[in-house]
Amino acid sequence: MIKVQGLTKRYARTVAVDNISFEVEKGQIVGFLGPNGAGKTTTMRVLTCFLPPTAGTATVAGFDVLENPHEVKKHIGYLPETPPLYPEMEVSEYLTFVGRLKGISTADIGRRVAEVTERCAVGDVRSKLIGKLSKGYRQRVGLAQAIIHNPDVLVLDEPTAGLDPKQIIETRELIKHLAGDHTIILSTHILPEVEHSCQRVVIINKGKLVATDSVENLTNRLRGAEAVALEVASSNGPLDPAMVQQRLEQVAGVSRVLPREMKEGRLAFEVESLQGSHIRADLARAVVNAGWNLNELRTVGLSLEDIFLQLTGAEKNPAPATQHPEPKEA
Amino acid sequence: MTNVWIICRKELKSYFASPIAYLLMAFFALIFGFGFFTATRDFVRFGFMAQMQGRNMPMNVNEQVIRPLLGFASTVALFLIPMITMRLFAEEKKTGTIELLMTSPIYDWEIILGKWLGALLLYMCVLGMSAINIALLFAFGKPDWKPILIGYLGLILQGGTLLAIGAFISTTTKNQIIAGGVTFFVCLLLWLLSWFTAYDSTGYASVVNYLSIVTHFEGFAKGVLDSKDVIFYISMIFFALFMTSRSMESLRWRA
Repeated sequence: MIKVQGLTKRYARTVAVDNISFEVEKGQIVGFLGPNGAGKTTTMRVLTCFLPPTAGTATVAGFDVLENPHEVKKHIGYLPETPPLYPEMEVSEYLTFVGRLKGISTADIGRRVAEVTERCAVGDVRSKLIGKLSKGYRQRVGLAQAIIHNPDVLVLDEPTAGLDPKQIIETRELIKHLAGDHTIILSTHILPEVEHSCQRVVIINKGKLVATDSVENLTNRLRGAEAVALEVASSNGPLDPAMVQQRLEQVAGVSRVLPREMKEGRLAFEVESLQGSHIRADLARAVVNAGWNLNELRTVGLSLEDIFLQLTGAEKNPAPATQHPEPKEA
Repeated sequence: MTNVWIICRKELKSYFASPIAYLLMAFFALIFGFGFFTATRDFVRFGFMAQMQGRNMPMNVNEQVIRPLLGFASTVALFLIPMITMRLFAEEKKTGTIELLMTSPIYDWEIILGKWLGALLLYMCVLGMSAINIALLFAFGKPDWKPILIGYLGLILQGGTLLAIGAFISTTTKNQIIAGGVTFFVCLLLWLLSWFTAYDSTGYASVVNYLSIVTHFEGFAKGVLDSKDVIFYISMIFFALFMTSRSMESLRWRA
């Protein structure tokens, strides 16, 4: 349904998207994952024919975005990051306007507006001014606007950004319901979002494609490895951080040990394990056997940053063992 | 063409949903009414004086009331047009709704033409306020209606030109104040061009004079329909709308 090949978008000084290729099958929900500024919005804007690519091609429903933008636009529904709403319009008036713009005939428009207002649960604010709506309702009106012409492809740019938890769940459910009829691309920088709604993930960082994979594979890859926060203290005298680190590294299954914080004889580390190994018990034993006190031991979820680092294979700058400076007395 | 009408109707709705349309209409009605009052008062005084002196002066409502009033209206319009055009594109760029328009299956020229038509219709509503005063003239006198129609056609053409220029300026910025300010400055400049060259008859002066928006209106005010002036306005409208479409296209490449 969507085919992107070697897509590059350059602005005056920066390269926003650098040689990205991926494909999306019909009926799939694809999550576009990346930190802010990764190039998600730019890619979506190219797909929706808002911006032309600098190099490479993108086709939507078989039409090229450069050669046949008019046809592409007919097959795409787009919800930008801030929903494109006119505050001075009423909800149903706005949806009618957008529907007409998207080419729905006067005969069908009433039915379509009724359908999408019901589907996106905005019926109770039908005759309210958009400017008076809450953020959650605005987002839903934005979504209704995107699906009004029943497009084959839906492009949603951070559809849950800025919503409260209840609204996030509602929006996710709504998006799930839309799948099947539509091929959906949604961007986000929140990992659980992808796990909840998507079948495939496209991960980009700094304009470059990091990985495309199914959500299952990705989560397996992440679940295998474990990160553990650990705090060690000594009952008698100060500890040598290097020695503790060395001891921890010797535990079977540990891939690396990162010193986190050192203060008043307490040493904090973050320990990452190899795929598939459970190291907590061994770690605890190692610490106790060495005669130290184990103050804390807890699993920490891998942050998005860690995932990127794992996937790109880049080396994390080891966080410097921050010695809290003693307050100097003047 | 349907798309043009959809955009046009949306523009008109936004104008009338905000106070701007009513403010402009009230403002224009007030100022034009004041001009009308002065013009008719002077006309009546002049008539009395002519009678008292026993001289038979030629009195003509078209020449002595309507013609100066039309000129007056065309000057007042210069001040109103920036307020009509400043939001056309700048507002959509700021709120991001331009993304909706530009990702919908309609062509840029349809957006531009729709917006320009919307602005023109509002401008005509504003001008329409003067019809109340003109109707009074018909109630108490017998002015010739044909020159009046030509005068209004001139006002609409002149307004259409300035609206197209304003629309172009509005595409170049996200800031409505800047769009309005620059449009006002350009309108003023086009108006003043005829002043600079009033007593000059070199070739350069005639070019500058030709470009002045106001010189082409004088014929219309007299009730003379000159194809030269009509073509000037229409080609200016085309040129400005063409520039608007270029500017919109550059949005895509720069944005």
